[in-house]
Amino acid sequence: MPGLKDVKDKIVGVKKTAQITKAMNMVASAKLRGAQDKMESFRPYAEKFADTMRELSQGMEDANLPLMEVREVKTVEIVVVTSDRGLCGSFNSHIVKTVEKLIAQYSGEGKAVSLVTVGKKGSQAFKKTGKIRVSYNDIMGSFQMFNAREISQDITENFLNGDSDQVDIVYGKFYSVAMQKPERGELLPIKPLESEAAQEEAAGGSGSYIYEPDPNEIMEVLLPLYLNVQVYHSMLEVGASEHAARMTAMDNATNACKDMIKELTQLYNKARQAAVTGELMDIVGGAEALKG
Amino acid sequence: MAQIHLEVVTPTGPVVSDEVDIVTAPGVGGEFGVLANHAPFLSTIKTGTLSFRKDKQVKYLMVSGGFSEVSNNKITFLVESAEYGKDINVDRAMRAKERAEKRLAQAQQATEKINRVRAEAALQRAMARLRAAEMARS
Repeated sequence: MPGLKDVKDKIVGVKKTAQITKAMNMVASAKLRGAQDKMESFRPYAEKFADTMRELSQGMEDANLPLMEVREVKTVEIVVVTSDRGLCGSFNSHIVKTVEKLIAQYSGEGKAVSLVTVGKKGSQAFKKTGKIRVSYNDIMGSFQMFNAREISQDITENFLNGDSDQVDIVYGKFYSVAMQKPERGELLPIKPLESEAAQEEAAGGSGSYIYEPDPNEIMEVLLPLYLNVQVYHSMLEVGASEHAARMTAMDNATNACKDMIKELTQLYNKARQAAVTGELMDIVGGAEALKG
Repeated sequence: MAQIHLEVVTPTGPVVSDEVDIVTAPGVGGEFGVLANHAPFLSTIKTGTLSFRKDKQVKYLMVSGGFSEVSNNKITFLVESAEYGKDINVDRAMRAKERAEKRLAQAQQATEKINRVRAEAALQRAMARLRAAEMARS
């Protein structure tokens, strides 16, 4: 049986850990609210953008825009968006696993793969593979549109140079506080958006637009912006998912600590009782001997 | 007077949503004005000053990169950033302008194309801010 002092020290230690995990849970939930607000305020912009893109892509098949050019795929670039920090359960490792599977799949098809990592965890995980082309670390804390722009400009340039023929993005999509899942999206080449609503509208004839400059030139400006929107969007998703995942992980940790404290306290009480009983036996034994 | 619904939306949320008399915006092909019941229209927007009039009061906004759409008596601007002229911190914009000019001078010598493009964009934004702030004051 362990000594009383040892058990007591251990209880104190576990209590301190529980305090920390509880604080981290609270911080994560506050940050999650911020991240969700950010996502919320981005939504109208993204929706309106998608609407306009849809309208414009009507009858644009022959446009021949470099960002929409479909080439034979020799090199695939994967943009991996993860969080900068750990302690958020299996959130990042799920994303990493998804990417590893993708790499294996593309390699099997005889395609070369290069990686762009956003977030420190992704760059740490893939450092050894030597496939990373660029890493963007320590920006997930407080990023803005211009961070996304920098990233999308870089991958666009790489695509236009012919160093990549297809660009995918893998990020942690935020479904709910309890669920976040890795999601794969296609960034480049940009595919024309089609929707039933837009087709109906075209059939109904809501009036043709006056374009300034002409639709092709507008598309040339809009496509890079559209890419920004997509990169920014996945960063927002990862931001929210990270905090949600951390909240759950820290909640679990706090509960585990509580269980441990309970067990240890029982152990402590047993040990204490054993000690008291032992002492009593000694005293009684001594008294009997004196009487004798 | 007939009015048109103006909306300015940025990635960080809507900035303006109001019924206004007239909107003037910096289109890529030059400045354009939009009144009520304008025909459907789509134009890209460059960094500059957007102004609108409501109740005989003119307000100025600095906008950067995006596009605008007019349909059903509603004009929507989707821009990367938008700020009211009166809210602009002139000192900060001045400093940003000087910084961008310095960077531009450096980049001119070097062959770094990206840096030059970036510095130029920063300079344009700073100048648009200053102009919007100035117009809002006068």
